[in-house]
Amino acid sequence: MNIDKKICDDLVANDISFVTTVPCKQLAGVIEEVENRDEIFHIPSNKEDEGMGLCAGAFMGGKRSAIIMQNTAIGVTINTLATLTQFYRMPLPMIISYRGELREPVACQVEMAVHTKALLAQMHIPTYHFHWQDDVKEFDNILKYTFMCNKPVAILTDANFWGGYGDQ
Amino acid sequence: MIRSEILREIAPILNPHLVVCNIGLPSQELHMIDDNERNFYMLGTMGLSSSIGFGLALAQDKPVISIDGDGSVLTNLGTLPTIANNATGNYTLLIIDNGSYGSTGDQPTYAGQKTNLTDVARACGCDTVIEVQDKDLGPVLQSAIDSDEMTIIVCKCDSGNIKLPVITLDPVVIRHRFMEAVKA
Ligand SMILES: Cc1ncc(C[n+]2csc(CCOP(=O)(O)OP(=O)(O)O)c2C)c(N)n1
Ligand SMILES: [Mg+2]
Repeated sequence: MNIDKKICDDLVANDISFVTTVPCKQLAGVIEEVENRDEIFHIPSNKEDEGMGLCAGAFMGGKRSAIIMQNTAIGVTINTLATLTQFYRMPLPMIISYRGELREPVACQVEMAVHTKALLAQMHIPTYHFHWQDDVKEFDNILKYTFMCNKPVAILTDANFWGGYGDQ
Repeated sequence: MIRSEILREIAPILNPHLVVCNIGLPSQELHMIDDNERNFYMLGTMGLSSSIGFGLALAQDKPVISIDGDGSVLTNLGTLPTIANNATGNYTLLIIDNGSYGSTGDQPTYAGQKTNLTDVARACGCDTVIEVQDKDLGPVLQSAIDSDEMTIIVCKCDSGNIKLPVITLDPVVIRHRFMEAVKA
């Protein structure tokens, strides 16, 4: 199974046509796939809160939107999640690379990893964690759930899910 | 002129269009002057007026005007390269540059000192950037909306605020009626 392709297939099948991204090494493949899909307008943003603003606008303009970002960005976007996405009740699937988990080579990434689930829980954000490739089978259901309940929803995808970093 | 005087003058120009309005006094003033369902009032999230308006402009064809402030643009400077590199002709960004954080008591911003937002927007790649003095804004705004060029307007004006109440509309109501207006 090609996970990048499967994620984009599910985005398209759920009518998500506006995607903003801030890169992470783990997300390179899925970002490339998003860029290559005709059905998806891909707009890179410079900071994740900016991206959530773009998504909010696109949603109000009638397009389902999503953001692809690193878990460190939870530290950047708490205010936006609370005062924009949640306060105005907008759906937002957040496909998040979960750095600092098992198979992580960079120590600094662990420093935000240990806060990630606690912060999401504190924000009452429904959170799913993909650790095995097979977990991606839930993605379609998660997207449907997000647009059912009009909430931001986090999908944490760790290094094991993406196949690790090879020999480092 | 101060911001509230400017908004009063341009309210008839804004009225037919979708407007995303900056947090704090700008939204409170617009709400008092001409509340209607085509206005999206930001109740928080300083900095994202330009991003929300731009996402909206990209997603549909109607003209969209983001009313922003110098302080808010400075806090989300990354917005300008994004807008420049994905330009869409139905979008107008109006930066009311009073050189201060007005809503919090007119503390000076760097835009009122050495930093020139017009130059910043140009350096970020925005092709049509117009700097205008407060009293001359009306016609410039009207032609920016009418043209097929995405336009960034930096409106230089005085700092200063009037006293007025906060917006008590529920955010979901603001959002819902706005989305109905987008579809209409
Ligand atoms: C993250 C964050 N920091 C600070 C504030 C407080 N705040 C609200 S409005 C505002 C001033 C905005 O200034 P500007 O964009 O220039 O608009 P003006 O009121 O001058 O028109 C500030 C600092 C906030 N709401 N959020
Ligand atoms: Mg100001």
